[in-house]
Amino acid sequence: MNFDVPDDLRYLDSHEWARVDDDTARIGISDFAQDELGDVVFVDLPDEGEAVTAGEDFGVVESIKAVSDIYAPLGGTVTAVNDDLTDRPELINEDPYGDGWLIEVELSDDADPDDLLSADEYRDQIA
Amino acid sequence: MTLRQPPLADAHEASGATLTEFGGWEMPVEFDSIRAEHEAVRESVGRFDVSHMSQVAVSGPDARRLTNGLVTNDVADLDPGESCYAAITDDGGVLLDDTVVYRPPGDWSVDADYLVVPNAGHDSEMTDRWVEYRDSWDLDATVENRTDSLGMVALQGPVSEDLLADVTDGDLGSIARFESLVTEVAGAEALVSRTGYTGEPGFELVFARDDAETVWSALECQPCGLGARDTLRLEMGFLLSGQDFDPEDDPRNPYEAGIGFAVDLDSEFVGRDALEGASVEGVDEKLRGIELVDRGVPREGYPVTTADGDRLGEVTSGTMSPTLGRGIGLAYLPVDVDLDESVRVEVRGEPKKARTTATPFLDR
Repeated sequence: MNFDVPDDLRYLDSHEWARVDDDTARIGISDFAQDELGDVVFVDLPDEGEAVTAGEDFGVVESIKAVSDIYAPLGGTVTAVNDDLTDRPELINEDPYGDGWLIEVELSDDADPDDLLSADEYRDQIA
Repeated sequence: MTLRQPPLADAHEASGATLTEFGGWEMPVEFDSIRAEHEAVRESVGRFDVSHMSQVAVSGPDARRLTNGLVTNDVADLDPGESCYAAITDDGGVLLDDTVVYRPPGDWSVDADYLVVPNAGHDSEMTDRWVEYRDSWDLDATVENRTDSLGMVALQGPVSEDLLADVTDGDLGSIARFESLVTEVAGAEALVSRTGYTGEPGFELVFARDDAETVWSALECQPCGLGARDTLRLEMGFLLSGQDFDPEDDPRNPYEAGIGFAVDLDSEFVGRDALEGASVEGVDEKLRGIELVDRGVPREGYPVTTADGDRLGEVTSGTMSPTLGRGIGLAYLPVDVDLDESVRVEVRGEPKKARTTATPFLDR
């Protein structure tokens, strides 16, 4: 199976991605992760204004068969939550790097994208 | 422990199915997506490899007496080509397993006056149980564990009959629900019965292990794994042995489990006297359907409470119903909890609004 791993993203070994833009980042789960989970039916995400810590779980994605904790690739404060997922959690399966994003955070001062895996390193991990 | 392989293991691997351990067997859990497989069965047709189900063949002059003495329903009146659902209970009336008991038509090449089909991984235990009681009751019957020499496939869904009719000359119209016939399917002999575990019209086919690929490939339609089998059965409120009852971890009698319809107290069987007592005294708890009002998915082990947070029980089986788009589950609750009562299911510590409901969850 060939999974999509966009070059411009950074990855956590637990299969989350981060798209860093200056001092903010959008966060989601990888194509590999959505395929492993199967049909996503429910998401539990933090509210705007809540803090997330790098490497710690900040929410839950549930498929029909499994419950999976989601870990923050980078720490910061939640500035946006993908509300479309409430009614259409399947967006995570359909478009994990686009419409299926989870949250956006304003990065904390010590957040360092270089701590994360590059696309090549992540590809090696799931190969 | 080495997992047992169904006769279709190679076909499943070639198809790229995701496999899982279940009852000591390595079985497909998902071929494409649980939702797609589920919808295929509800809307058209799907095929399942259910060769992990136990197959115990009982024959001989006392086969009827022996089998009738070990299941809660009366199977003595079954004619060839008939079958029925029953529970298997211990002396105390505790559910050990549930099963379909077939009385196969006489023209089946498999020597089985009765074919007992308990759940996956129970074949040795149930074969031993039949042998033990045969000996202690001094009966004349042969009991054979045929699980590894037979294969079984379920074809389920509203158009299953059309599909099956294309590959068999058997008169499917002649068998009603819980009836069976022996015929050729794509040239292979099969016991074809109108039974299933999905709530849809459909068939289950039992055949020689070596014919598994022939039968499976002839029934060309959406292959379905144990994931969809679970969501389909749960929408119907059908029990899963080992999960909704378990003689060790969660001992329950058939009345608690909501299958009192499969208990015939006019029949003599192991557990009958205890169950007569339970039927007179009533039970304290009963398996109920639970439907979430809030968003969320009830899962096995989640607590069920009153609106005030007082514990009532816990979820034995739960999922997101693909048909209803809501979380559904089963839980043993005190009998004084009414249907359509507001309760809570604790999902990761958070009480989610839910209501008790009759099963099946779907109108079928």
